[in-house]
Amino acid sequence: MADNVSKMAGQDENRASVHARRLIAYIVLVLVSFLCLFWFYVLFINASRSNSELTRGFTAIPSTHLLENWINLKNGTLPIFSGIINSLFVALASAVLSTYFSTMTAYAIHAYDFKLKKFMFTFILAVMMIPTQVTALGFLQLIDKMKLDDSFVPLIVPAVAAPAVFFYMKQYMDATLPLSLVEAARIDGSGEFRTFNQIVVPLMKPAIAVQAIFCFVTSWNNYFTPALVLHTDTKKTLPILIAQLRSADWLKFDMGQVYVMIAFSIFPVIVVYLLLSRYIVGGVTLGGVKG
Amino acid sequence: MKKRSKVVSYNKWGYIFLIPFVVVYLVFQMIPLVTTVYNSFFENYRSGLKQIGPTFIGVQNYITIISNGDLPTYFKNTMIMWIMGFIPQIVLSLLLGAWFTDPSLRLKCQGFFKTVIYMPNLIMASAFSMLFFTLFADGGPINSMLLNMGLIAEPYKFMSHIWSVRSLVAFMNCVMWFGNTTILLMAGMMGIDPSLFEAAQVDGATATQIFYKITLPLLRPILIFVMITSLIGGLQMFDVPQILTNGSGDPMRSSMTLIMYLNKHLFSKNYGLAGALSVFMFIITGILSLIVFKFTAQKETK
Repeated sequence: MADNVSKMAGQDENRASVHARRLIAYIVLVLVSFLCLFWFYVLFINASRSNSELTRGFTAIPSTHLLENWINLKNGTLPIFSGIINSLFVALASAVLSTYFSTMTAYAIHAYDFKLKKFMFTFILAVMMIPTQVTALGFLQLIDKMKLDDSFVPLIVPAVAAPAVFFYMKQYMDATLPLSLVEAARIDGSGEFRTFNQIVVPLMKPAIAVQAIFCFVTSWNNYFTPALVLHTDTKKTLPILIAQLRSADWLKFDMGQVYVMIAFSIFPVIVVYLLLSRYIVGGVTLGGVKG
Repeated sequence: MKKRSKVVSYNKWGYIFLIPFVVVYLVFQMIPLVTTVYNSFFENYRSGLKQIGPTFIGVQNYITIISNGDLPTYFKNTMIMWIMGFIPQIVLSLLLGAWFTDPSLRLKCQGFFKTVIYMPNLIMASAFSMLFFTLFADGGPINSMLLNMGLIAEPYKFMSHIWSVRSLVAFMNCVMWFGNTTILLMAGMMGIDPSLFEAAQVDGATATQIFYKITLPLLRPILIFVMITSLIGGLQMFDVPQILTNGSGDPMRSSMTLIMYLNKHLFSKNYGLAGALSVFMFIITGILSLIVFKFTAQKETK
């Protein structure tokens, strides 16, 4: 009896502590979410305010000058419009190349048995974490010799060899692509290349979509390499223009335009992310650690 | 006999499908790596209009960047800012991960919170940094808010104090990466056998005890993985401090990172020193990658 009572009390206590912990969890989560969202809220407000309004200090309500700021920015000295087009082009092209060829590389390792298979797989995993910055010097000299300086090629073509994307594709294939399917296609007389394009690639669509988003975002945000490669104003991508904005005498600048420019670099990615967040958040773990 | 030759002809396609990767990797990664190492042994820079070198000088470049204090200083800066960002990041991630995966808490709106905390990871780092620069400027919105609230009497100059600049960089890195870390740790936590938690609960363990005695020890491999990958990323820290300080690493180069220093030499075409620095970075990240590789390879064989 006494035992029973103490057990009941213990349960009550337990429930109370769960409630308390849940409350703490919610408070921390709300605070953390605030820390994540606050900056973008301020950015949005400030992008809609004119320069004179901005100098008067911060207010919590948006103003009406968003369009005006954008038109001023577009007619200003920074080639913002070509910047957006360049960024889009480079990011789209590298996303397409990277996902298609990484799928192809993963398929070569997954579906065939050849002598160097194990070596290649180990090699690609081993070089996965090596950053591009450490080879930037040789890379710049090389593209100089190839007469590719100030062109988009050195920003797009290297995306073909993307070990991290390869690793993701390989894991996805291990989980979802049975070799019997490839055998069946062979029996039906399909060539190897055709099997890859018409059977494997469509089956890999979910993985390709996730990785395409990641590649696009990485390339869209990339600043280090493009800043070293591109020199002509009309070829520059958005991150380089942001850096230029920073090094300009920004006090004399119309701050409304500065905020609109930052907003234009950030919000497209946020919109895409919010539309596809379920797949993206799920995709993070598959590429990194699992098991 | 005919059948066998057919098997062989299929497997040659393995090589054919590998061609694009191998060619591009060799041209754009291997050759640059070799020439980078090669360059590190030459004196090769511009002094005014005069081109000095390239002359072979052995390991002189390595001695120069170490003995003039550049490499140690910038390595120290990079590590300080990484640690300042990583500690809150990993604590927050462990906490959030434990809460998200705790079945007794049954948190609502998990999808919403996960979406929000992962979002900063996809933001353009340079734009985010520029945003912080404008927000924390002497006459910027943050100062105006603090003034309005009466917390300070005159604008605080965030950009002219060593620790405020370092803190801003660390804070941005933390905000950008803790969502990613949380999701990785959650995957690890969900991989732990639930019967262990149940057994502990039956034995009367509290939530804190369960976290320290079961979750943390079993999470160790993933924690190490997260830490090393984050360290590799931290060594590459560039966009955020570069834009925030306009490439100067001010005040007094206290927020100058290794890659910012490399970037400076690449722009001024001092290929000798840039090469030595690259080789140094390559060796450190190479050792760290090997450790990560061991983890990934282990999982593959499992």
